[in-house]
Amino acid sequence: MDLSTTYLGLKLRTPIVPSASPLSETLDGAKRLEDAGASAIVLSSVFEEQLAHEQLEMEHHLTHGTESYAEATSYFPDTQLGDLGPETCLDHIRKVKSAVDVPVIASLNGTTPGGWTSFATWMEQAGADAVELNLYNIPTDPDQPAEEIEKGYEEILCAVKGAVNIPVALKLGPFFTNMGHVAKRFDKAGADGLVLFNRFYQPDIDLEELEVVSNVLLSTPQAMRLPLRWIAILSGRVEADLAATSGIGHSCDVIKMLLAGAKVTQVCSVLLKAGIDHLRQLELGLVEWLEENEYESVEQMRGSMSQRNVADPAAFERAQYMKALRTFSVMV
Amino acid sequence: MTTIDANEAVGDVAYRINEVISIYPITPASPMGEWSDAWMAMDKPNIWNTVPDVVEMQSEAGAAGAVHGALQTGSLTTTFTASQGLLLMIPNLFKIAGELTPTVIHVAARTVATHALSIFGDHSDVMAARTTGFGMLASSSVQEAHDFTLISHAASLESSIPFIHFFDGFRTSHEIQKIERLDDDVLHAMITDDLVRRHRHRALSPDRPVIRGTAQNPDVFFQARETVNPYYDACADKTEAAMDRFAELTGRRYHPFDYHGAPDADRVIVLMGSGADATHETVDYMNGHGEKVGVIKVRLYRPFDVKRFIDSIPPSVKSIAVLDRTKEPGSAGEPLYVDCVTALHETGKQLRTVGGRYGLSSKEFTPAMVKGIFDNLALESPKNHFTVGIHDDVTHTSIDYDPSFSTEPDTVIRALFYGLGSDGTVGANKNTIKIIGGETENNAQGYFVYDSKKAGAVTVSHLRFGPDPIRSSYLVNRASFVACHQQVFLETYDMLANLDDGGTFLLNTSWSAEEVWNHLPGRVQRALIEKKAKFYIIDGYKVAHESGMGRRINTVMQVCFFAISGVLPRDEAIEKIKGAIQKTYGAKGDEIVKMNFRAVDNTLAHLHEVEIPAEATGNGNLLGVLPDSAPEFVKNVTAPIIAGKGDDLPVSAMPCDGTFPSGTTKWEKRNIALEIPVWDPEVCIQCAKCAIVCPHGVIRIKSCDPSFLEGAPATFKSIDIKDKGFAGQKYLLQVAPEDCTGCGVCVDICPAKNKKETRLKAINMAPQPPIREAEKENWEFFLTLPEVDRLALKSNTIRQQQMQQPLFEFSGACAGCGETPYLKLMSQLFGDRALIANATGCSSIYGGNLPTTPWTVNHEGRGPAWSNSLFEDNAEFGLGFRLSVDKQTEMARELVAEMAVRIGENLAKEILEAEQKDEADIHEQRQRVAALKEKLKEIDSPDAARLLDLADMLCRKSVWIVGGDGWAYDIGFGGLDHVLASGRNVNILVLDTEVYSNTGGQTSKSTPLAAVAKFSAGGKRTAKKDLGAIAMTYGNVYVASVAMGARDEHTLKAFIEAERYDGPSIIIAYSQCIAHGIDMARGMQNQKAAVQSGQWLLYRYNPERAAAGENPLQLDSRAPKLPLSEYLRMENRFKMLQKSRPADAERLWKEIQAGVNERWKKYEYLSRKEG
Ligand SMILES: Cc1cc2nc3c(=O)[nH]c(=O)nc-3n(C[C@H](O)[C@H](O)[C@H](O)COP(=O)(O)O)c2cc1C
Repeated sequence: MDLSTTYLGLKLRTPIVPSASPLSETLDGAKRLEDAGASAIVLSSVFEEQLAHEQLEMEHHLTHGTESYAEATSYFPDTQLGDLGPETCLDHIRKVKSAVDVPVIASLNGTTPGGWTSFATWMEQAGADAVELNLYNIPTDPDQPAEEIEKGYEEILCAVKGAVNIPVALKLGPFFTNMGHVAKRFDKAGADGLVLFNRFYQPDIDLEELEVVSNVLLSTPQAMRLPLRWIAILSGRVEADLAATSGIGHSCDVIKMLLAGAKVTQVCSVLLKAGIDHLRQLELGLVEWLEENEYESVEQMRGSMSQRNVADPAAFERAQYMKALRTFSVMV
Repeated sequence: MTTIDANEAVGDVAYRINEVISIYPITPASPMGEWSDAWMAMDKPNIWNTVPDVVEMQSEAGAAGAVHGALQTGSLTTTFTASQGLLLMIPNLFKIAGELTPTVIHVAARTVATHALSIFGDHSDVMAARTTGFGMLASSSVQEAHDFTLISHAASLESSIPFIHFFDGFRTSHEIQKIERLDDDVLHAMITDDLVRRHRHRALSPDRPVIRGTAQNPDVFFQARETVNPYYDACADKTEAAMDRFAELTGRRYHPFDYHGAPDADRVIVLMGSGADATHETVDYMNGHGEKVGVIKVRLYRPFDVKRFIDSIPPSVKSIAVLDRTKEPGSAGEPLYVDCVTALHETGKQLRTVGGRYGLSSKEFTPAMVKGIFDNLALESPKNHFTVGIHDDVTHTSIDYDPSFSTEPDTVIRALFYGLGSDGTVGANKNTIKIIGGETENNAQGYFVYDSKKAGAVTVSHLRFGPDPIRSSYLVNRASFVACHQQVFLETYDMLANLDDGGTFLLNTSWSAEEVWNHLPGRVQRALIEKKAKFYIIDGYKVAHESGMGRRINTVMQVCFFAISGVLPRDEAIEKIKGAIQKTYGAKGDEIVKMNFRAVDNTLAHLHEVEIPAEATGNGNLLGVLPDSAPEFVKNVTAPIIAGKGDDLPVSAMPCDGTFPSGTTKWEKRNIALEIPVWDPEVCIQCAKCAIVCPHGVIRIKSCDPSFLEGAPATFKSIDIKDKGFAGQKYLLQVAPEDCTGCGVCVDICPAKNKKETRLKAINMAPQPPIREAEKENWEFFLTLPEVDRLALKSNTIRQQQMQQPLFEFSGACAGCGETPYLKLMSQLFGDRALIANATGCSSIYGGNLPTTPWTVNHEGRGPAWSNSLFEDNAEFGLGFRLSVDKQTEMARELVAEMAVRIGENLAKEILEAEQKDEADIHEQRQRVAALKEKLKEIDSPDAARLLDLADMLCRKSVWIVGGDGWAYDIGFGGLDHVLASGRNVNILVLDTEVYSNTGGQTSKSTPLAAVAKFSAGGKRTAKKDLGAIAMTYGNVYVASVAMGARDEHTLKAFIEAERYDGPSIIIAYSQCIAHGIDMARGMQNQKAAVQSGQWLLYRYNPERAAAGENPLQLDSRAPKLPLSEYLRMENRFKMLQKSRPADAERLWKEIQAGVNERWKKYEYLSRKEG
């Protein structure tokens, strides 16, 4: 069975790719992902802000209280701290790259314009086959119009595209007024891929401590409906490759995403829950289904149920329950 | 050229020409070991291309032992030390010298503790080692210290005589100077392969075995001892030969005695160490003004070469003064003086010779004093055995001098900077010196003065720059530039007293150029006008804040200095500052560099010159530091010390035996907190956690009848008490606003949340200045309310126990200190009957460093009696307390029994039979003893008089032996072990910060695996020693491991049980520390995480349980539930290794987790076993 697909110009053995997650944070993890059948590996994001924060925090704590007291003008040895900047992350890219044969996609979350481009360049130099820009923030400024935000994203994309020669994918959240418009805009601006959709940390309230807690929640199966819709809608309408992420847990989900038009399906939560070996299950399930339904290749089925190709295109646009329509008629 | 201090300069050479270096921390020598360890961690090789093995020992005695062993087996070996450390080495020094073994011990000479400890510099330590047979070479400046390191090693290898190379602690060890660095070629040329080979060939080896270190009898010992004479006879020649060779290589020429001055001088001063440089400078000045004087700098003090000394004295000299920086009470004269007198006598040279003492404990030694000594020498009969630099109004030894005499040339730029430790002033100035030293032709000197507090410490930086070599080995007292980095200092320090006419004053202030003048005290205004000063201001905090630097104004103020002082053209200066920033912070990350660059760029726009009006408008003098109610001693002695005027106190003001009144911190209102906690009674659940964790004893709780609150100040807060046992009473919680350090630990621990706004708790931080006055009044009112009756309190529940008055308050410990809450708790529970033996370390400094002490007394005048003996002997010292108390108690009991009839049989019986198990019992016993004393006063017999003296011993005393982990795990462990084994009733409290905190965070055997600390720059490779487990092996020792932040009730229980246990007890208390690299406001969370992760166990081992057939070990913490990595990530001491050695960190983090799992299993097994 030919499971191969091309994503960001990279020829992949299968369409099943582990998305950015702690699983690829260690070299061992990356190797295990490959062993379990990952056709490419997206590394966990490098957060520019976090690196900056770490530097400041460490500097603060290592110098706090120094030069105050004659017997202890300092409290830590004068050691070479090696790298407090991105070097550790870049080194990780290098190491993973030399340890695995599948393509390695680096992921970046920047904070400053200079940061986006320089980090992306370093990632390219470290050997990344592509870079995924994790545009990860929650706009909370009520005075900032949507256009400004979208434009900001576009500028980052253009800057990075201008700085590197490797393909650039954008990983987006779903919260845009007009997702299709935004997708087209980034497509035009040169995005080689769109990864739909990232999930954000969701705050919660701890009733015992009366504190806001924001811990990682693994996704639920229902989460896949949102990317499914948009991949179906965008498939064939944008040039950028579409990658599906969120809620993909079972091989059925993989198949659905491919039918809707995804070039690859990215998985994270399910691997954290069920273990890396679950990748094998996904692949087996996909093969079984293709064989049962007498497909020759993934390519053959891909996009066959995109909005353009289905019998009822409106089904992807339907936003309200029928009940809502009924209330409408009652109101009239 | 390089700009460094002498510790680095010495370490740099010593490291490069040695193979084995054994180290142990001691101020002011520690940095030499720290550098060595750091270089080893960086794999820096010595000149033979191998990385020296730098090994920390458990004490200086251990370091000396290791040196001896390494030398015997043929390695080039060195060590560094000072003061008591050198004293601990003395037995080995005799051996090493007796065996003619070449080595050098580098000593940052420091005062030996006598009536008091002092970390500062004098020669009492090296003088105590002068009988060991070591050669002694003294250097007087940073350059000389660098050079003499090499010369001493060469001379030692040449002569086979080991050397002590010494230089003045702090004045030289910590002074930064621009020096010529010796390169490897010079080192090779001085330490030739031949010399090394000779050393190797004397090594012990089983391949050519000999024995050394025999025991000898009266028949031959003496003769054998005389065999070394030829070596000593030749040593001065060999040393001079080494100096000559050095001169050929470097152009810097030294002699065993260096004369400097008029060839036809009539008066000469002889001395060694840094004072020689001040004397040199004064000699030049005086000779330039028509006098004929000179100085003999003693370099080679041992072996003392009589001929060379005599030859160094110009024939014209009529009188000489020999100065010693030490005191040898009861001697015919101080050592150098005696040596010189002997030399003169033996050579028949007739010179008027006097001896004098100067500079003890880094007392300033200035040209004015030197001039005073020359003036003394000019007298018909000069004062002999004089002192200089103090006013001795008791035995009238001191000579007079004119303090206004100055030799400072106009070619030198002199600058003074007043800052706080926390604002980065010193760091900035260190950078400034390096820039000027490195980037200009100027010579540069920097010296830094700190006060003795760890929180809110004031720093004064003394900088000099000039074209000629700087020999001013004394503080700047006439400055062309004075900077005040803290507006509040205007009220407390007379900074302008030191400003030259026409000089510049820079003030960091939030006032604008328009308004600043009217805010200045009149005193400051007048000085600015009179001195025709230039006046600049900057809002440094604003610039720092806007640049992302928080409250660190270092870079901002540095830019101001360069911009105003004109040491360098402005643009060039800015460029160099940026270069220095890149160099200093480049390795620490881009962000830090960028933030500093921003600060540089933002500064100039905010720097303004202020036009000085013709008239002063302000009034106000320096704020008085003490209220009138203070005791006389505090007013007369403590207050001047607090005000920085201690130098003016005469000899008669000081106690002659080192005894001081306790309870004096309360007079030193430091007002260092920017924010202080404010209580919200409505939200408060009255759990008292804020009080128990308060490191500074500033949160106090009382309860009282509502009637007491009549007349309370308007803002005084109280609320109905929740505790049913106190129904009807008011609950009061008061903060001491002027003593708080603003650490915020109380807020962090507070479990109560405001129902309307959950960000608020029952105690919240608020800016201090607006509420200072009102809270001061409230605090004073609070103090007038009676203490809660101790007998009514259940001391085993925190909410009640915390109403006990702390007898440890307002210490100068770091804000958020993890140690002090334990001490305070102990003082609350047992303070009124406690004797405390305190090992040297943080707790002895914040507990007993002048000017004030936090140990205080209750309303009956009772309180802890405290003393510090040494670092290494504290357990034994405390055991001595116990032995003494027990003996006196026994004698008192014997007398009571004997005198029962006369005392009254009943009273005698009650006294003798009182168990004194609890507070109430002890209270009753005190009353009985009071009655006894009354009776005894009426009985006229020797026994009655004896019993009267001993009667107080009939009340139970609580002996506490307190110290840090450096003491308990390392240097004092032998003694600690012995005391544990003694079975005597002592309570040992180990304040475990897992490093030597007081000396700056060096590794101890308590330091956990994988932690980065000084002396473990590459991460500690061995596990923390399990002191508790060792103590438990005795079976009859009460052992507890506690962490207040994890479970305060457990800590309380352990203290009570330990004290009650009639035998040795040890409490090992987790104490977070500034040397952990953590957020000190949240230190209690670190304690919690340490326990939740299993890194720290809570347990109690109570032998009484074993006696009752139960398992003595109770494991009081739960199975680890937090991954250890989460705890490790909270602390930069662990995180650092991930950055410096990621691969090692990964491995060690796994290892330490495995260790935690293992240890938990072991303890769990032991605690489950049937009793
Ligand atoms: C623990 C965790 C860490 C993650 N880290 C990243 C990250 O570093 N960068 C990123 O773009 N997405 C990150 N994600 C998002 C996932 O890559 C994925 O897009 C998202 O969880 C939805 O997919 P899923 O339903 O398969 O989990 C993370 C998700 C989880 C649960």
